[in-house]
Parts: sequence; C-alpha cells; structure tokens
Amino acid sequence: MKKVYSNKLHLIIFLLPALLLFCGVLIAPIGASFYYSLFDWSGFGAQKTFLGLSNYKELFTSDSINFMKALGNSLLLAALSVFLQLPLALGLALTLGKKIKGERAFLSVYFMPVLISTVVIGQLWLKIYNPDYGILNVFLRSIGLENLTRIWLGKKETALGAAFVPILWQYVGYHMLLLYAGVKSIPAELREAAMLDGASDGKVNRYIVLPYIKPILRISVIFAVTGSLKSFDLIYVLTNGGPLHATEVPSTLMISMLFLRNRYGMGSTIAVMLIVLCFAFALLISAIFREEG
Amino acid sequence: MSKHDTRANAVRNTGKTAQVIIYIGLVLWMFINLFPVYWMFTFSLKNNEEIFGKNVVGLPQHWLWSNYTSAMNTGKMWRYFLNSTIVAVATILITLAVALMATFALTRMIWKQRKTMNKFFMLGLTIPIHASVVPVYVTLSRLNMLNTYWALIIPYAAFSLSMAILVCTGFMNEIPRELDESACIDGCNIWGIFFKIIVPLMKPAVATVGIYTFLQCWNELMFANIFISKNDLKTLPVGVQGLSGQYTTNWGPIGAALVMATFPTLFVYIFLSRKIQESFIAGAIKG
Repeated sequence: MKKVYSNKLHLIIFLLPALLLFCGVLIAPIGASFYYSLFDWSGFGAQKTFLGLSNYKELFTSDSINFMKALGNSLLLAALSVFLQLPLALGLALTLGKKIKGERAFLSVYFMPVLISTVVIGQLWLKIYNPDYGILNVFLRSIGLENLTRIWLGKKETALGAAFVPILWQYVGYHMLLLYAGVKSIPAELREAAMLDGASDGKVNRYIVLPYIKPILRISVIFAVTGSLKSFDLIYVLTNGGPLHATEVPSTLMISMLFLRNRYGMGSTIAVMLIVLCFAFALLISAIFREEG
Repeated sequence: MSKHDTRANAVRNTGKTAQVIIYIGLVLWMFINLFPVYWMFTFSLKNNEEIFGKNVVGLPQHWLWSNYTSAMNTGKMWRYFLNSTIVAVATILITLAVALMATFALTRMIWKQRKTMNKFFMLGLTIPIHASVVPVYVTLSRLNMLNTYWALIIPYAAFSLSMAILVCTGFMNEIPRELDESACIDGCNIWGIFFKIIVPLMKPAVATVGIYTFLQCWNELMFANIFISKNDLKTLPVGVQGLSGQYTTNWGPIGAALVMATFPTLFVYIFLSRKIQESFIAGAIKG
C-alpha cells in the first residue's frame, strides 16, 4: 500500500494538471500583473517604458483617475453590506432557524436571487429604475408621491444608493443561507437547556447562537467586504461607473483604464491594489474576530 | 385570576403579536424577492403599450409570445444559450477531472509537502479574478485564443479549482482507507484504486462541485465580456447585455431574453433546491 502511494511519478501525474492550471491562470498572473504595473504600456506591439512605482503614485494622487473616489465608493458599499445587508441576513437566518412554519419555502425564495445572473438582475433593475416607465416611479406617482420620483441611476446624489439596492436584493439570501446553516448546526440540547433555564429568545440568540456561528459570521463579513471591493457586474450593468464617476468602483475603473484608455500598466496597477486590499481586509477581519475571543 | 396568570397571559399575548409581526416581515421580504421576477415574467409577454402605462403590473392582456421568437431569432438568444452550455459543460468536466486527481494526491498519496500544497491551492479562494484579467488577456491574444471557447473554459476551470478541491477533500477523507488497502491486496494498481474505488464513491462531491461550477460560469460577466468579442461566441450574460443595448425602446423582447437566461436555473432550482443550497454552503464553509 505504502509503496503504491509513494511513487513519485504517479504523484506528478495526479498533481500536475491542477498545478499547471492553478499556477498558469492564478499565481503567475499575480506576478505578471505586478510586473506590468511597473510600466507605461499602451498595449500590444507598443513599447513598454519602465516607470518603477510611479503608476502607484499617480494612482493615488491623480485627480483624473480619482482612484480614491472609486476606493471610497467600494468601501461605502462594504460598510452598507456589513451594517445593513448582514444584519438583515442574520435576522432572517435566526428567525428561520427557530423551526418556524414554512421555513423551507421562505428559505428557498430568499435564496433564489443568488442564482439569477447578475446581468439579468442589472437589466431588470434598470427597468425598475427607468425614470418614465419604471415600476418604482410609476408606483410613487400612483400613490401621489410625484415629488419623490427621481432619475435614480442618472443623478449623482442617488446613483450609488440606487445601485446598492439590487446588490442587497441579490446577496441577502446568500449570507442568510450561510448563517442559517450555522444556526441549524447548533445541537438542539444546547438550545433546549438554555430555554429550560428560562432564557428568552433574545438571550438564547445572544449567548448561545451568536457565539456558536461566529466562524460563519467571520466568513460572511469577509465575503461582504472583499465582494464589495471587487464589485463589478451590477455596477457595470447599471451605471458603468457613471454619472460623472459617482458610482465608480476599482473594477470599473480598471476596465476603463484597459479598454478605453489603453493604459495596460495603470490597469494592472489597479489589479495589484485590489489583490493586496482583498488579502489585507481578509486578514484584518480574521484578526478582529480572533481578538474578540 | 392570580397575578402570576395575568403575567403569563400577557407574555403569551405579546408572543402572539410578535409572531404575527415576524410573519408579516417574512412574507413582505418574500414579496420583495418575488415581485421583480414576477414583473419580468409579465412584461416579457406584453407589448409596449401595456408595459408603459395601460397595464403595468397585471398579467398580460394579450400574451405576446412573439417577444420570445424575436429574442430567439433576431436576438440570437439560442446561440448564446448554446455557447453558455458548451462553456459550462466543458468547464465542469475539466474542473472535476483535475480536482479529483489533485485531491487524490493531496489526501491519499504519501509525500512531504502535502499540507503546504493544500494550503497553496486554498489561496485561490481569496484571489480575485481581477488579478488575471490583463496577463490572461495578453497570453490568450499571443496564442491566438481570444474568441474561442477555450478562452473562457480554461480560466473558469482554474478559478473553480480551489473550491472544487476543498469540497472533494472533505468527501474523499470520509472514504475509509481500508477500501484502498483491500483493493491493493486484490491486486489493484493506483489507477484501479482511483478509477474503480474512489471516483465512484465521490458522486455527492461531483454533484456539489458540478452545480456550483455551473452557476459560476453560467453567470460570469467580466472574463466573458473581455475575452470574447465575436457575437457568435458570446455567452448569455454578454449576449443579454448586448441585446438590451439594441432594444432600448422595445422592452418585450428584452424581457423575453432575461427570462430565457434565468428560466433554466430557476426551473432546476425548483426540483433541486436543497442540493443547490447545500453546494453553496459547502463552497463557502465546510467542504
């Protein structure tokens, strides 16, 4: 047995495809992105000019790129996700986790938006927000709130908020499902014992459930934050960063650097920043959760 | 009635009111989840006159199936559908084959850096796809592989790999090692053990990984948008996006396209909701 499983040639055969695929598409490109980020490069055939780190300097200081605005927007999305979306998801998960009637039906409906393509959701919400015929303004007009109607995605003040709503709508179900799975994995005796001791629902949640599902909460927070940093699909479909960069996020900025301005070096710089930020936030959030015991 | 009883009654009553409020909340959220989808279904079957004022939220007065035929034929939805299916199926097959082999090496075979290698693969769970956009685009273009199915299949398989290995590791560790031993004694070589013992027992993992991978690539936008520009090779998300640009004023066919892109997933979800939910949980939490 040992001999069969120690053969180095077999090991290589079994492992090589995964290694090639993984390194070729994920690991090597990180290095390549960093390498490109050191150059001024307008794409294929063009000469690369070595710049050192000045792309990074320009990224953080240039007003025309305004990376800080894009980063700020994505951090705002992250904050909204953590403080609005997650509590809502947690509330639903705790409620459904109590063996409520219709539990399965509620759960399945709440999770459904996760499965719909983001392009479909984006296009659908574009229609909902349509200033003339969209269901939102039509509804407001029909109940006499004409003055509340807006060009939701077209005005600087409302665009980011309006773009966040479909994000919330789509992903509450995802976080709810993860947290619900955690709630369901709590041994029934633990809950019953607390109830017998006279603990109220709120106390059971506070002292039994929440500490128990903490590892999942950590995962949820990490997903919510890194997901917001990376957010692309819905923003791209709904506003593509506009109006006047009001909803610009790092990903949309990266795409416009690459394919509108042909600045491959700068596009790569944004990509590198995103990788670094995602890892940094994932570590930071893990550390915060560990700190809390 | 003693003081104690009244208090118990009060508690029970507030319990009841609380319960009613909770149900109202749950039903309301259900409505918020379902209504946009319902609205999409209904306007996919209406003409502009109904959508734009005469009948905004009701069921269609004239069921306009021609919206679907025009999305299908003029809009080429059938083509995008086919492309998405080809890409998804190929991605799933490659991901599964590669992940099962790697997991076998990571859980069964005996070598020194096994744990490190496992951690290495798990890095993929955190790496954003942005990291790959430029380098993969450059490489694909040098290899003349932009505008081919492979331009999507290979990156999709690579980005599904970490999750697939995570899930497969969980399942493969549960297969008792005695099975390998007895197969070995019966004269099976390593290929026999892998193909005849391990792989057949990995069906639940295969289903989980398959479902998860399918949904990831069926809905993926960024790579599909950048690596494919030929209309005949576009996948559903990019195709639908393009269609909406063409039919800005004619909502019916767009609605039909949106429904067509969504319907298969939701249809399967009705029958496999539990399995689909489990695969998402496995992909995020335990494996």
